[in-house]
Amino acid sequence: MRGPVVALSRRLFGAVRDLAPIIVVIAFFQIVVLQQPFPNLGSVLVGLVCVVLGLTLFIQGLETGLFPLGEAIAHAFARKGSVAALLAFGFCLGFGTTVAEPALIAIAAEAADVASGAGVVADDDAAREAYAFNLRMVVALAVGTAITLGVLRILKGWPIHVLIIGGYLLVTAMTAFAPDEIVGVAYDSGGVATSTITVPLVTALGVGLATSLNGRNPMVDGFGLIAFACLTPMIFVLGYGMVV
Amino acid sequence: MEFLAGLVDTALGTAVDVLPIAVILVVFQVAVLRRRVPNLGRILSGFAAVLLGLTLFLIGLEQALFPIGETMARQLAAPEAAAAGTAQVDWRDYMLVYAFAAAIGFATTIAEPPLIAVALKAEEASGGLIGSWGLRIAVAVGVAVGVSLGAFRIVTGTPLSWYIIAAYVVVIAQTFRSSRSIVPLAYDSGGVTTSTVTVPVVAALGLGLAANVPGRNPLVDGFGLIAFASVFPIMSVLGYSMATSWLNRLRRARRSREEAT
Repeated sequence: MRGPVVALSRRLFGAVRDLAPIIVVIAFFQIVVLQQPFPNLGSVLVGLVCVVLGLTLFIQGLETGLFPLGEAIAHAFARKGSVAALLAFGFCLGFGTTVAEPALIAIAAEAADVASGAGVVADDDAAREAYAFNLRMVVALAVGTAITLGVLRILKGWPIHVLIIGGYLLVTAMTAFAPDEIVGVAYDSGGVATSTITVPLVTALGVGLATSLNGRNPMVDGFGLIAFACLTPMIFVLGYGMVV
Repeated sequence: MEFLAGLVDTALGTAVDVLPIAVILVVFQVAVLRRRVPNLGRILSGFAAVLLGLTLFLIGLEQALFPIGETMARQLAAPEAAAAGTAQVDWRDYMLVYAFAAAIGFATTIAEPPLIAVALKAEEASGGLIGSWGLRIAVAVGVAVGVSLGAFRIVTGTPLSWYIIAAYVVVIAQTFRSSRSIVPLAYDSGGVTTSTVTVPVVAALGLGLAANVPGRNPLVDGFGLIAFASVFPIMSVLGYSMATSWLNRLRRARRSREEAT
């Protein structure tokens, strides 16, 4: 019984350590700089206990659930050897995890407001909703494409920097031609596409693939899927802004 | 009661978030792979732990950190000097905002769950060569610098694209000077930083600043802090790896010189 207890208390301590900087920063600015008392200290403390327990459980689950699952899938696909099935899986994973992402829904709605303010979209709810929906689909397609491309890169061993730098150059060039009001939205959409559950799964998939394929190195080839998932939404959204 | 209702709400939200992933996994498992997943029970219990953990984490953040963090961001974004009615915006009036932006950017990044995941994986894949704490601190420093510079940009009202394009140019230059095994990880760390913990607080800071600084439009100038927070970690991780390899080279050179004499 002692082993699990020790492991759990170590994880709890780790979670406290991970959260200590936020608590210190907020307390410092609240007490020293703004010189205000904490509102509802009781509920803040309850919340902090939840955060610590939640982070502890999450990391526990990463190591027993998400990482092994990502690796198991990677090994199964590598053994099966069907490139088409693997690429289809990558696309579905990227598209499916992005399309329902709450952060993306929020940013798409805001972007629709900006666009109707700028007169790109008609100033009524139906037009705004349609714009926001299209934007979400565009970003989800972009992430699906990104994972497909990223998996293909791992299979072929292409150097990542050529693709990513090429993508950045494309973004730079498109920024010059895209309407101003879409630029901020496009840049931000790169960051929202990667959720807390997708990242560990996709990372484990990439590293697992690179580990099980001959001639691939987990550090050189395994990472990078997230980078693609951040880049392609910018390109796709800028493109969407130029077309609409 | 309100707490319980919030818990159920968040749990449902997380479940909806996971549903597409679960459906895709099951479909491919049944239709394509047709192999038993090893340790299925353990994986399922891990999945449950992730769901429960994320739910508790989010609800705790809602309860404890986001209200204070967001109020704080708004209060700091409206300094007395600006409230006194000076029409001219002086970027030096906002020193506290830059300090807060850097501190909160660093602190929220350290607690970011996806970054913890990538850092653990990187330590494992590199055989311990890249420490998970070293990586997380390098990323957090990048976010701190990025968010602080992003706040400066909102205050001065300079175009977002200048900064981002300049940052890309630096990243490209660094890429060609860095070891091939760090580059993919560095690119990845740009994307994982801006997630559950960082985005709400940083977005509140950006919108608060854009609403309070005279002459800024929240709709146009409020966006973009996230973009800063995604580019600068790439720079700091590449910089960290370049610095360590440079130090190692220096040390080796000194040692071989000492051996020669």
